[in-house]
Amino acid sequence: MTVRTAELLMAILLGLASIGLMVKSAELNITWIPNRGPGAGAWPFWLSAGMLICCLATLYRWFRGITPESRNNNVFMTRETMRIVGVSAGAILFLLSATHFIGLYLSLVFFLLFYIRFVGRHSWVVTIALTIGVPVFIFCLFEWALKIPLPKAVTEPWFYPIYDLMYS
Amino acid sequence: MGDILGLLAGGLAEALQPLNFGMILLGCVLGLLVGAMPGLGSVNGVAILLPITFLVPPNAAIIFLAAIYYGAMYGGAISSITLGIPGASTAVATVFDGRPLAVAGKADKALTAAAMASFIGGTISVVLFTLFAPPLAEFALRFGPVEEFALMLLAFATFIGLGGDDIPKTIFSILIGLVLAAIGLDIITGQPRLIFGDITGFMHGINFLVLAIGIYGIGEMLWTLEQTKGEVVVHNVKLSMKEIFKDIKDVKHYIGTTSMGSVLGYFVGTLPAAGATPASLMSYGLAKTFSKDPESFGKGNVSGVAAPEAANNAASTGSMLPMITLGIPGSPTTAILLGGMIIWGLRPGPLLFTEHPEFVWGLIGSLYIANLMTLIINLLFIPVFVKILTLPFTILAPTIYILCVVGGYAPTQTMHDVWLMFIFGVAGYLLRKLDYPVAPAVLAIVLGPLAERSLRQSLLSSQGDPMIFLERPISLACILIAVALAMVPVVQKIKRRKKREAEQA
Repeated sequence: MTVRTAELLMAILLGLASIGLMVKSAELNITWIPNRGPGAGAWPFWLSAGMLICCLATLYRWFRGITPESRNNNVFMTRETMRIVGVSAGAILFLLSATHFIGLYLSLVFFLLFYIRFVGRHSWVVTIALTIGVPVFIFCLFEWALKIPLPKAVTEPWFYPIYDLMYS
Repeated sequence: MGDILGLLAGGLAEALQPLNFGMILLGCVLGLLVGAMPGLGSVNGVAILLPITFLVPPNAAIIFLAAIYYGAMYGGAISSITLGIPGASTAVATVFDGRPLAVAGKADKALTAAAMASFIGGTISVVLFTLFAPPLAEFALRFGPVEEFALMLLAFATFIGLGGDDIPKTIFSILIGLVLAAIGLDIITGQPRLIFGDITGFMHGINFLVLAIGIYGIGEMLWTLEQTKGEVVVHNVKLSMKEIFKDIKDVKHYIGTTSMGSVLGYFVGTLPAAGATPASLMSYGLAKTFSKDPESFGKGNVSGVAAPEAANNAASTGSMLPMITLGIPGSPTTAILLGGMIIWGLRPGPLLFTEHPEFVWGLIGSLYIANLMTLIINLLFIPVFVKILTLPFTILAPTIYILCVVGGYAPTQTMHDVWLMFIFGVAGYLLRKLDYPVAPAVLAIVLGPLAERSLRQSLLSSQGDPMIFLERPISLACILIAVALAMVPVVQKIKRRKKREAEQA
């Protein structure tokens, strides 16, 4: 896909999203209510309408070749970019999905193991130090100092002994 | 004047309390680190680290974040000079002369000049801030919802007039930020709005941090990886304390240009869309124009390093002026600080000076101390920072992603927000590739609830007559300036066209 095509697709997509937002806002009152001012939906409705106009303007400018992107026939995502960005986005996607099932801490271990050992090809010493050190640091900072429990899912019982230590 | 000095003394005492002073030191070091990392700047550091400030009281938290802001402005120069990659967009101009100096084996000269200039810029701007903030806040006390809304229009107009980006895309970015802020319970009628797919997570709205961390944490890291391909080459830097002290004496050669750049940077910094990056470029241009030897610029003139560095530090202080006094952030970083203040239960704006003087003056006092501390830390630990720059991205990137994920979870403690953050991060990255500016959206999501409330209150008081915005003098002035600013690109376009026609004729 070229940058030119990407800009067109993005403008169409954002335009459709704007229409969607307008429809969604119109579920609420978008008119003037006497003595109460504008209805709850008025503000987002008119803002979305403005977004739609901006998208139409971008489409017009694309059509006329005014924006630099609309004249750019280079590849939007080169293979190298796809690889480097895709690995990161994919790894985060895994981290978030896995958190729902095996909790954040165990997911962090796999995430770091993958990134440091298999992407970065660092030594096992560095890998192990970080895969253990980072979750421990996060635990101390958030659970212990900030008192913010992070999601643990099925690994919750593993933490009972630590809770006993922390709150006894 | 005596009043101000008394309050300032109180603020300095507040900032020197053990906890606050510790926060300054920690903030300066973290800021220097974040600033020095290629691609990451103050805004990224502040967005990613804001959630951990819930640990300390608001006074200490804002001092910590302001110190990061400060430190990052110093730190940006380190990678500009030693790597030839700007540590943040605010340090782009520093590369012009910093890189040639490093290549010529004079990295120490450049680094010392950057640190000294940052210190001068910081000092001049903090003094200006101390003098300007109280009277401006007093003036702003007269503002009602009408003036508030007009002022926000003005803030958004600066993005259109001075942002230099594609205009429909800039306006789109502002509007989408405002729409995202409108999600959740309506502040006036209490009705749920824009609850997509009946997902309950939308009921509490979208926390600005979710967008800020998504864009400035995940999105920015993806962008940086693409730009640098994960590779950095450090230029060899040899440094000794003796050299550094010798270099400090060179300050007399560039004190004039730095002072000029500082004053310029401060005022440019107060404008929401302008800020540190254009300020540093303008200061560079100014230094070159007034130099006796303009030919040497771009080939390794120390003044070419000092001028932009002074301006970007001054601009960072400048951008805090409208945030503290008017409740309108002067930069994306201060937008996040402002959002933080709302989370801590403070209402930014003129009342802050009367209701929470210890907060405001503690912050101002901390700026003086942070400025001095950053200079000292910077000069002492330059070699350490240079070493950290060589950290491979395969260690840096996952660490930042983890901080983003945990930081996105902490404020509301729902995975819903973390998923949103991820989506915003990827979308922000793709939009940025297509030249959609992202900073206006972050500013808009912070200002959104305030903007909507002031608009609805104004319209309610005028029975729906929009002319109310033109009937009040301050509001009229803001709107006229806003319109003039929005016209700037149009006028420029016509001028360019005329010039082209004249050339053809």
